[in-house]
Amino acid sequence: MTILAIDTTNDALAVALYREGLVIESYVSVNKNKHSTRLMPAIDYIMHDADIKPADLTKIVVAKGPGSYTGVRIALSVAKTMAWTLNIPLAAVSSLKALALNAIDHTYVCPFFDARRGLVFTGLYDQAGNLVKEEVNILFEDWLQSLKTFKAPITFVSPDIEHYRALIEDTLGQAAQFLPKGHHVINPGLLATIGEKEEAVDPHQLVPNYLRLVEAEVKWLEKQVADTNE
Amino acid sequence: MGDTSMKKDQVYILAIETSCDETAVAIIKDGKEIISNVVASQIESHKRFGGVVPEVASRHHVEQVTYILEEALSKADMTMKEMDAIAVTEGPGLVGALLVGVSVAKALAFSHQLPLIGVHHIAGHIYANQLLEPFEFPLLSLVVSGGHTELILMKEHGVFEVIGETRDDACGEAYDKVARTIGVPYPGGPLVDKLAQTGEDTLNFPRIYLEEDSYDFSFSGLKSAVINTVHNAKQKGEVLKKEDIARSFQESAVEVLVHKTKKAAQAFQVKQVIVAGGVAANSRLREALTEAFSETDMHLAIPPLALCTDNAAMIGAAGYIAYQKGNRAGLDLNANPGLDLEMYGDR
Ligand SMILES: [Zn+2]
Repeated sequence: MTILAIDTTNDALAVALYREGLVIESYVSVNKNKHSTRLMPAIDYIMHDADIKPADLTKIVVAKGPGSYTGVRIALSVAKTMAWTLNIPLAAVSSLKALALNAIDHTYVCPFFDARRGLVFTGLYDQAGNLVKEEVNILFEDWLQSLKTFKAPITFVSPDIEHYRALIEDTLGQAAQFLPKGHHVINPGLLATIGEKEEAVDPHQLVPNYLRLVEAEVKWLEKQVADTNE
Repeated sequence: MGDTSMKKDQVYILAIETSCDETAVAIIKDGKEIISNVVASQIESHKRFGGVVPEVASRHHVEQVTYILEEALSKADMTMKEMDAIAVTEGPGLVGALLVGVSVAKALAFSHQLPLIGVHHIAGHIYANQLLEPFEFPLLSLVVSGGHTELILMKEHGVFEVIGETRDDACGEAYDKVARTIGVPYPGGPLVDKLAQTGEDTLNFPRIYLEEDSYDFSFSGLKSAVINTVHNAKQKGEVLKKEDIARSFQESAVEVLVHKTKKAAQAFQVKQVIVAGGVAANSRLREALTEAFSETDMHLAIPPLALCTDNAAMIGAAGYIAYQKGNRAGLDLNANPGLDLEMYGDR
């Protein structure tokens, strides 16, 4: 099995190649707003380096969001197109789950991405990588309050961890745990590794995991409700 | 085996266009023959917002694009292996929307190790006509759409000289605003055109010609005149016929467009005049241009409706010229929402 893993959902661009049980190439660059120009050259580079041709790929794994809308679409556009045109299986993994893999042996893992104005994209995963609390776009303070009911330590992992560390500690006290510095970015090698078992989806039907409606849609929906209530 | 054995006498280009609210893929042979041309319009989705919402457009593109690719190939009864290059609109347009097409094009080019060609959207609109008949140089193109009102002079393939452009609103934009003013739903252009057919030019809206020697356009004054007239009538309790407003507006807009196009065509002694862009679908504009050029020996070309509005066939036609010039984009090709036409032609 030769797997290409792709993530550009947040500030990091990450790609990796996995072959016969081993991560053989991995490239991560934290440089937001440059995903469009850098993703394909990065894929080209690692594949060339590993002497793997596009036709040699047997599966693609992509992080499908949440994250930057544009970043999510760049990764999905490339992954969907490659899987479809090379006629190989495509697996899509939540970018939160992909981030949670960094702390996979911890009892509870809370991955999150900053979504501005006090909001985050987040969810809660258990030791086995199963979702125990649904992924949401929420005020981080509210989310932390809701985590108080869990009677076990929770490990936080996020590229934005330093910005929120104090708030997490203030709210959860001893229950809050943190991975060491340097472990807070999606590791594409781990993404590729779980991708091997991940169920394939139809490339045509794969849509981004935005976790948020467009502002105009929200307003339109509100208006529909208001109109029917009149 | 020499290099010549590799040289193909037939070139198939798969073209992708996602600059606004149309997800489109086409397969074009030798830059002039449409093998397949699939356009998925998002208009029904944007109608509820009264205009194109860029983020919504981008979302639809990523949902639709592989379906449209598959349909274009299956309608052509061809496979990716038979393609010689991938062409894609790199700009101008909505950046998020463009990025989907560009990402898809790069993934396709990489997967099949094919040359990648970036295409200017307006070059595409002009080259739509190449799918019908060959160009005769020098030629003048009037490009009128929701985002553009330009007069472009071409003396040879792939080289563009912008001799006039709008200083404020695009013509199609003015149509949409007038439509909103008289309560016509989005997209308003075609409906204003329809209303105008039964109205009369009674309101004496200004014809804005700017300086004597300028080929530039301005539509904001005309737009304001329409809004003010409607507003004043309302205050006085008068009722203006929508049809008359539409007709009066349309006569003013079309008169200026036709006058400047004809003047430029004569000044540059062109052989051919090509009308391009969504507003080229307007019935009055077609009629007035046909009349204006009927007595001249200049050849007026207006593509059929489906090739006036956004499509990928036109991107394939323009992409073929870039292909012949040897212009290749790298895998670092980016979407460029403000791509300049003259600079594009200088490549
Ligand atoms: Zn257009």
